[in-house]
Amino acid sequence: MTLSPGSDVSTYGGNAAQRDLPANALEVTVSVRVNGKPHTLPIDPRTSLLDLLRERLSLTGAKKGCDHGQCGACTIHLDGRRVLSCLTPAAQVDGHEVTTIEGLAAADGALHPMQQAFIDHDALQCGYCTPGQIMSAIACVNEGHASTPDEIREYMSGNLCRCGAYVGIVAAIQEAAVRMLRS
Amino acid sequence: MQPFTYTRAGTIDDAIRTVATGGPGTRFLAGGTTLYDLMKLDIERPSRVVDLSGIEDMRGVDTAGPELVLGALARMSDVAAHPYIVSEYPALSESLWRAASQQLRNMATLGGNLLQRTRCAYFRGGAPFPCNKREPGSGCAAQGGIDRGHALLGGSDACIAVYPGDFAIALVAFDAKIDVLGPKGQRSLAVEELHREPHTAPDVDTTLEHGELIVRIRVPKTALGRASTYHKIRDRESYAFALASAAVALETDGAVVRAARIAIGGLATRPWRVRAAEQVLVGQPLTPEIAREAGDMALRGAKPGHDNGFRVELGARTVADALMIAKQRAGS
Repeated sequence: MTLSPGSDVSTYGGNAAQRDLPANALEVTVSVRVNGKPHTLPIDPRTSLLDLLRERLSLTGAKKGCDHGQCGACTIHLDGRRVLSCLTPAAQVDGHEVTTIEGLAAADGALHPMQQAFIDHDALQCGYCTPGQIMSAIACVNEGHASTPDEIREYMSGNLCRCGAYVGIVAAIQEAAVRMLRS
Repeated sequence: MQPFTYTRAGTIDDAIRTVATGGPGTRFLAGGTTLYDLMKLDIERPSRVVDLSGIEDMRGVDTAGPELVLGALARMSDVAAHPYIVSEYPALSESLWRAASQQLRNMATLGGNLLQRTRCAYFRGGAPFPCNKREPGSGCAAQGGIDRGHALLGGSDACIAVYPGDFAIALVAFDAKIDVLGPKGQRSLAVEELHREPHTAPDVDTTLEHGELIVRIRVPKTALGRASTYHKIRDRESYAFALASAAVALETDGAVVRAARIAIGGLATRPWRVRAAEQVLVGQPLTPEIAREAGDMALRGAKPGHDNGFRVELGARTVADALMIAKQRAGS
């Protein structure tokens, strides 16, 4: 985001007519790297990171389940940490690094060990929550919260699965954790 | 969502100046997990939002001095996992990791968490439900409505919405203070003085003035820290708000309790410290019977509505169980 010279505070958006601002002040410019690729684009300050990804960048892997931080289907990594993209104002990711489910596989198409483990353990049924589950699961391992099934259940509780694939999800994370820590 | 002006603050002073001069419609934005959520519901309608996420200070945890000092912009997950806090103040760590989900804890700040607004469904639901907190003077749909999750303590005819946070409950048990910076300078207050009971003005959640920002939290170093717990009872085992919770801490001399701290959550309109229940324990060996007596004392004055009466017994048992967990940690 560009800060105006000589000021620590810069202002964007709002009701231009009321505040006598130029029309382009309705927009915030955001520069963000998504899956390693830089993007700079103007947005309405109301835009969530989830809508930015899905509607502007056509990255539809992150899902809009509840849009209120209650289901976890929109989970992505922001600077390597799992967060909910539905409750992240897109304006806040300026200058930051986002990874989505689309950014996990290697250039040759080889799946991330967590993606492969979800397939191997049937850790899904309808698949709607799966991108969020996998992004959360990778972070769960990286945080060191995957050492026992109970710990996995506690630290995956922010990702709901209405098909009830939880047994397979816990098994997939246990297996992928071993492979991830080995590599 | 109502359109708003987005302002990114580079420094704390700039943020405070911008909010203070911006009128009541100008709000601080930290992690966004409450404010942005309520903006999506059109319950919060700020005309301008001042984003604190670019400010690099106020994020640290300082364990070196006579007090534990926590920056208000520190993330819940980082503080929950801090080794010193895990070992010396288990109740603080537990109150953080037993709240929300890891994704939300990675986003939400300590200061924002203290200011989390109620989860009352009538407050969040908007029209057609009356709500004095959302629309002063319109009435309270919870009284006479579905009140299973509503407050038994500290309510008024105007509002029985529960204060939903966990961390503040543990802070109140430890006599923690906050430093607040505002247009008139800095002041300090006890966390216990931060949240208001609704009385006749439930729309005013806290004693902060417009433009005041919580900059740090200070927790006295105390022998009570280690033998402490935050015990939280929910409809499901994880990722839910408390039906009843208790932050307790003990200082013991052999089997006898020398000092005790008890604060309860999920049951009241504000963090609820219960000194009368603490006094039940002092000078006594901590038995399950005495613990239960303290639990009953903690719920004294509870006013059940239609569907929430079961939480009087649940609250008393939660306090009693928490005391027995703390006793184990005291090694007596």
